[in-house]
Amino acid sequence: MTSESRTAARPRTLAEKVWDAHLVKKGEDGTPDLIYIDLHLVHEVTSPQAFDGLRLAGRPLRRPDLTIATEDHNTPTLAIDKPIADLTSRTQIETLRRNCEEFGVRLHSLGDIEQGIVHVVGPQLGLTQPGITVVCGDSHTSTHGAFGAMAFGIGTSEVEHVMATQTLPLKPFKTMAITVEGTLRPGVTAKDIILAVITKIGTGGGQGYVLEYRGSAIRALSMDGRMTICNMSIEAGARAGMVAPDATTYEYLKGRAHAPEGQDWDDAVAYWDTLATDEGAAFDAEVTIDADTLEPFVTWGTNPGQGASLSDSVPNPNDFADANERAAAERALEYMDLTAGTPLKEVAVDAVFMGSCTNSRIEDLRAFASIIQGQKKADGVRVMVVPGSARVRIEAEAEGLDKIITDFGAEWRFAGCSMCLGMNPDQLAPGERCASTSNRNFEGRQGKGGRTHLVSPLVAAATAIRGTLSSPWDLEHSSDLTVTSGEAK
Amino acid sequence: MEKFTTVTGVAAPLRRSNVDTDQIIPAVFLKRVTKTGFEDALFHGWRQDPEFVLNKPEFQGARILVAGADFGTGSSREHAVWALRDFGFDVVLSPRFGDIFRGNSGKQGLLAAAITEDEVEALWAAIEANPGTEMTVDLVARTATIGDLQVSFEVDDYTRWRLLEGLDDIGLTLRDEALISEFEATRESWRPQTLPVK
Repeated sequence: MTSESRTAARPRTLAEKVWDAHLVKKGEDGTPDLIYIDLHLVHEVTSPQAFDGLRLAGRPLRRPDLTIATEDHNTPTLAIDKPIADLTSRTQIETLRRNCEEFGVRLHSLGDIEQGIVHVVGPQLGLTQPGITVVCGDSHTSTHGAFGAMAFGIGTSEVEHVMATQTLPLKPFKTMAITVEGTLRPGVTAKDIILAVITKIGTGGGQGYVLEYRGSAIRALSMDGRMTICNMSIEAGARAGMVAPDATTYEYLKGRAHAPEGQDWDDAVAYWDTLATDEGAAFDAEVTIDADTLEPFVTWGTNPGQGASLSDSVPNPNDFADANERAAAERALEYMDLTAGTPLKEVAVDAVFMGSCTNSRIEDLRAFASIIQGQKKADGVRVMVVPGSARVRIEAEAEGLDKIITDFGAEWRFAGCSMCLGMNPDQLAPGERCASTSNRNFEGRQGKGGRTHLVSPLVAAATAIRGTLSSPWDLEHSSDLTVTSGEAK
Repeated sequence: MEKFTTVTGVAAPLRRSNVDTDQIIPAVFLKRVTKTGFEDALFHGWRQDPEFVLNKPEFQGARILVAGADFGTGSSREHAVWALRDFGFDVVLSPRFGDIFRGNSGKQGLLAAAITEDEVEALWAAIEANPGTEMTVDLVARTATIGDLQVSFEVDDYTRWRLLEGLDDIGLTLRDEALISEFEATRESWRPQTLPVK
């Protein structure tokens, strides 16, 4: 998407259309474009210094009506009616509450039905819509691209910039088409697609690009599945990932609290229908993935690009041609305490974490529950299930999923980011190994010295039953696999 | 922000690729509500190892970090940049940076400059041959020089200009306030609003 080549007559990609529709000022002589921001999501961790900046400069928050805040990163997932025990966490939450009050920002606090992970809350309120621009001081803002929005994470200086101006100076991104054709086999999910994409293009492969996910396998995904895929675009180095809106998108949105109504709905849909990439539009790069042959996937290393099919073995670093990749693999195996050649399915875990902005929506919980129903968790394995929002928790309880989860021997918690990044007490102990439905397997991410294997909700469930990394295909009762997270609707 | 022209100081070799922001500063340190005082948190996990490069006496006071590819990937936490600044770094040289990290750097006076993999190897070798030797990074000429070795780095023109001038982004954007208001006047009624609460 080089700026000089963008004219109205030329066939354009989805990303280019959204960009063009938000151009406040076109950059000249190497200066960036000025892009309007439709929706600014705020949480407690990356905002205090931004609010401080506004105060110091005596600037107002320009559009409180396009801003919404929730508490998620620091919040406890047990005893949420008690004061937060960790004093620095409590201070950060209290600071957010004071700031939102002072600047007139709508806030969903712990205990509120709309509280939850910021990337679960926006879509569930119907605030995330096709064709809009969404930012948040959190790299997983890419999640919202599932609706055909241009959504990306920003740093705290940019948070302050959006608060003050409702715009961001940005250089146009390049575009990359990720085409996934075919049909996923039962037991293979959206999570496996995106883990395979990242392993294929690498953690830097998407750098500077907006990824557009296309093809029959993407079209067949539910919104929850599309969100899982767009969520992890950042793990391939891309700031944003997008899926063109279609009937699935509209069906999800219609009737939600902030979705347009009446004539506004019709006008909106008429516009949203124009957003899909034009026939003949050129991408700067293209990648294809075959959905038919995909298997349940798992990471073995310490970055999300170090992954393999679950039926494979731990790779031998000597098999990597690139010297840097070889060194990174050696370091990763040492940290992960894995030996090359070990079948991945023989790796025993201490914990299973089911949650995070990647996989904590209602379909994810249903998929997890469908596998564990009537089973008991493996001895000695700690299993924690954390819904993405208070609303998801209530919905799950109405369906009886909490009962299935607790009968299985797992912990059923309150909503938040939880063990995805261990800012609250939900952490791994040093040396503990976890199968996690989250998005990052970085060293120490889930607790100092903790070891993370990224997996889908179905693999998490099968692993919780068997105690070793397992595919749902390994289970005796796998023949009745029906509900699968992010699989075909 | 102070103007950035040249920096001369000790360069430290960080022989790792994919240095994600969780390694630069673990999430547990993100609970503070201030913008300074993060120097102890920098590379917290790795600094527990006495052999870690930044623990070695010859690299004390380092101002320039030379790292492997994909430095600053992962989370958007600007705390990663604050921690590097608080520790004393003015420059990071790497073949490739995480997008958000690179953007955050430019806003805090940290130069994230791109060089090739071969140049990183050459700089690592030069530094390790004479640990503690000073390197000069010249933003005007876009060069990094240590002893007889000089490499040219890439940084986008706009970031370079802002660093050289020490400019504040918000102030620059507010010069176009009229254009922003004009744009807002055309915003369709069906676009989402968070207020009032329905």
